[in-house]
Parts: sequence; structure tokens; C-alpha cells
Amino acid sequence: MESSAILAVVPHLRRYARAMLADRAAADDLVQDTLERAWSRFSQWQSGSDMRAWMFGIMHNLRIDQLRRPALVTRAIEEEDFEMPTRPTQTDRLEVRDIATALQQLPKEQREVLLLVALEDMPYAEIATTLGIPVGTVMSRLSRGREKLRLIMEGQSPSTKLRVVR
Amino acid sequence: MSKHTITDVDLHAYVDGRLAEKRRAEVADYLAAQPQAAERVNAYIAQNRALRDLFNPVIDEPVPERLRVLVSPPPVADRPARAHLSRWSLERVAAGIMIAVISGVGGWAAHGKYQPAQQMARMPTLPRQAAIAHVVYSPDVRRPVEVGAEQEDQLVAWLSKRLGTPVHPPKLGALGYELIGGRLLPGNSGPVAQFMYHDATGQRLTLYVSTENTSNHDTAFRFAQEGPVNVFYWIDGQFGYALSAGIDKAELGRVANAVYEQLEHK
Repeated sequence: MESSAILAVVPHLRRYARAMLADRAAADDLVQDTLERAWSRFSQWQSGSDMRAWMFGIMHNLRIDQLRRPALVTRAIEEEDFEMPTRPTQTDRLEVRDIATALQQLPKEQREVLLLVALEDMPYAEIATTLGIPVGTVMSRLSRGREKLRLIMEGQSPSTKLRVVR
Repeated sequence: MSKHTITDVDLHAYVDGRLAEKRRAEVADYLAAQPQAAERVNAYIAQNRALRDLFNPVIDEPVPERLRVLVSPPPVADRPARAHLSRWSLERVAAGIMIAVISGVGGWAAHGKYQPAQQMARMPTLPRQAAIAHVVYSPDVRRPVEVGAEQEDQLVAWLSKRLGTPVHPPKLGALGYELIGGRLLPGNSGPVAQFMYHDATGQRLTLYVSTENTSNHDTAFRFAQEGPVNVFYWIDGQFGYALSAGIDKAELGRVANAVYEQLEHK
């Protein structure tokens, strides 16, 4: 029965949206929009396929739609461009940062992948399908997201995000 | 892959417990010999745990009513009925315009007589308030809105929070109207929202969104004229919508229908 399958997914959508948006009301708005869109497209759901992946995919696409609006086109500078050949020495500096704040400093593409892995325990290939990106991209976003989060937590990373106008 | 070649992907799969036993042991051996890699891996494992500790409580929260109702399929009768209402409304608007054209204001007065008395009693405030808000704010050159369209996310979040329910400005770009922004206004008993749009010629149009409706009667499109301002308005659940502009009725009706469609099928 699809209702019980959806009911089982809703708490997961809420948890993920809360972590993504860091705003309870906005997160539930997103879940609500996701449910509404899911019902309007229910004929597209393949019975027997994974309801969770399908719903997370809808939520992801909704967020893309919401974020896509005319604005000055900018491109996030790849972190590799600025990677310093130094290694952190955390034995002498153990700085505990708030992970919730640190999480919000990650680019949303990295945050998305990290949360699907950490919270949903979603297999990498399923994340690739859900987000519509290659598995290699999932892995590189995961890798960069984790490393960046680690550096932020240790107080090593500049919190300002450089952007260039294309 | 050689057992000595441990890749970044292996390390992440190790963190997430996705390696087969044999490979897992190989990575563990590698980490035992590579303190820097081990340090990273331990930090990543700690991240996973911290994120779960932080957000897992959401799973056990009761699901809010507005989401719970959406877990079941929408009533079968609901969607066709609404679609029908929409078409019916359009016909009604078209008929109304015909009457108005033929008989002038008298046509609309007659049209009004066919509305149930109860609805007539509570309706006039919505278009009137909307029209007043329109004439007050739309001529303002420098500060027509409180929050501009360039901060649409913030605008939506703010107005939704203040109105206590999600409100989104419809997208009217296809009709030539771009969002300028929005503002919060006092209604009869609390906050209402106003979104403002303009077209390429600078013609402004406002959408007034009230959440103060407490009766259960939805309505089709209604039309009102407040001085130079034409208003199309309708009630949908708790929401009252009024679209105001100094443009002609047919054009405004076209926009009103687009707004209605978007709000219905968001």
C-alpha cells in the first residue's frame, strides 16, 4: 500500500530537510511541497520500486527548482584550487565546533551527499540515481564535503566562500 | 585492484561500512600503518555519528498535521472537482464580462444578486482592502516593497512565518509580469501579505494574500472595481486572494487565472 510506504518515508524526508535547511518551518514546507508533487506525479512511480529514493529525488528536484532563479551567474571555486600543502596538527589544537553550524558552511551539493550517506545510510549508487549524477561525482562530493567539514570543525578553514563572476 | 592500493573511495566505503570483509581488513591494515589517513577516517566516522545524534530525534517527532493529511491520496473527487471549478470559474468570468459590457454596472449588480447572502456579507472587505493596499503601495517608486525579489527565499520564509502557513508568490513571467517583492500588511485580525509585480512598461499588479478566512466556503472568481483599480478575488480554504491592478478586466482575468492555476497545482 503506497500510503504506508509514504508514511514511512515522511520522517526521513523531514530529518533530511531539517539538516539541509537548518530551519524547521522551511524544512516542513519543503516536505509538504514534496508530498504534493509526489501525489501529482504518482502515476510515474513504478510500483515495487524504492519509494524512499523516488521521494528524495522529488525533493531534490524541487530544491533545484526553488533555487533556480535569474541572478548573476556565479561559479563556486573548486576547493582544490586553493588546497594548501599543509597538514593539520590537531594534537595541539582540539577545537570543538558546532557541527550544525559547520554543516551549513558546506556547499549544498556536498551537504546533500553527506547527509544522504550519514543520515539515510543510502548506498552510493542510489544517491547517484536520486540526485541524477554519476557515482564518481557522488564520491568526490562526499570526499570534499567530509574533508571540508573536518577542517571547519578544527577551525582550519576560512568560512568565507570565494565566488567568481563568470 | 591490488590489495596495497587503497583509494579514497575505499576509505569512504570503510567509514560507511560498505566494504566486504576481506577488503575491510585490508583497509584496516593500511590505516594501522598510516596515522594521517587513520586520523581522517576517524574524523569522518565521528562526523557520521555527530550528524545522526543531532538529527535522528527528528525521526521520532510527531508528523505535523499538514503533512499527515498528505500521506493519503487526495480524495478522488477532489481533483476533478477543482479542475471543473476552474473551468467553470473562467466561463463565469467570461459571462460576467459579457454582462458588464452589455449592461454596464447594472450587469454586475444583477450578477451579485445571485451570490448567497452569507458570502456577500463577508466578501466586500477582501477586494476593498486589497485595492487600498494596491493604491497605497504600487505608486511608490523607491520603496514599493519591503523585501525585494532578489531575496525571494527570505521573502517567502518571512511571510510564511508571519502568516503561519506557507505562502509563495506565483511565477507570472510567462505573462510578462516579474516579481518586484512583497510586504507584510495588517489585515482584519492579523498579518496579510502583498506581492507586487510589474511588466516591461512598469505597470504594477499586486496579489493580496489573506489567511483570515474562517468559513468553509470556497468561491469562484469574483470581480470588483474600486475606483481606478480592478480586482479579481477568490476564497480557497483559509486563503483569500485578491489580484489588483489598473489594467483592463480581460487582461487582469487572464493573470488571475494563471495565479489560480499555480496556487491550485503547486
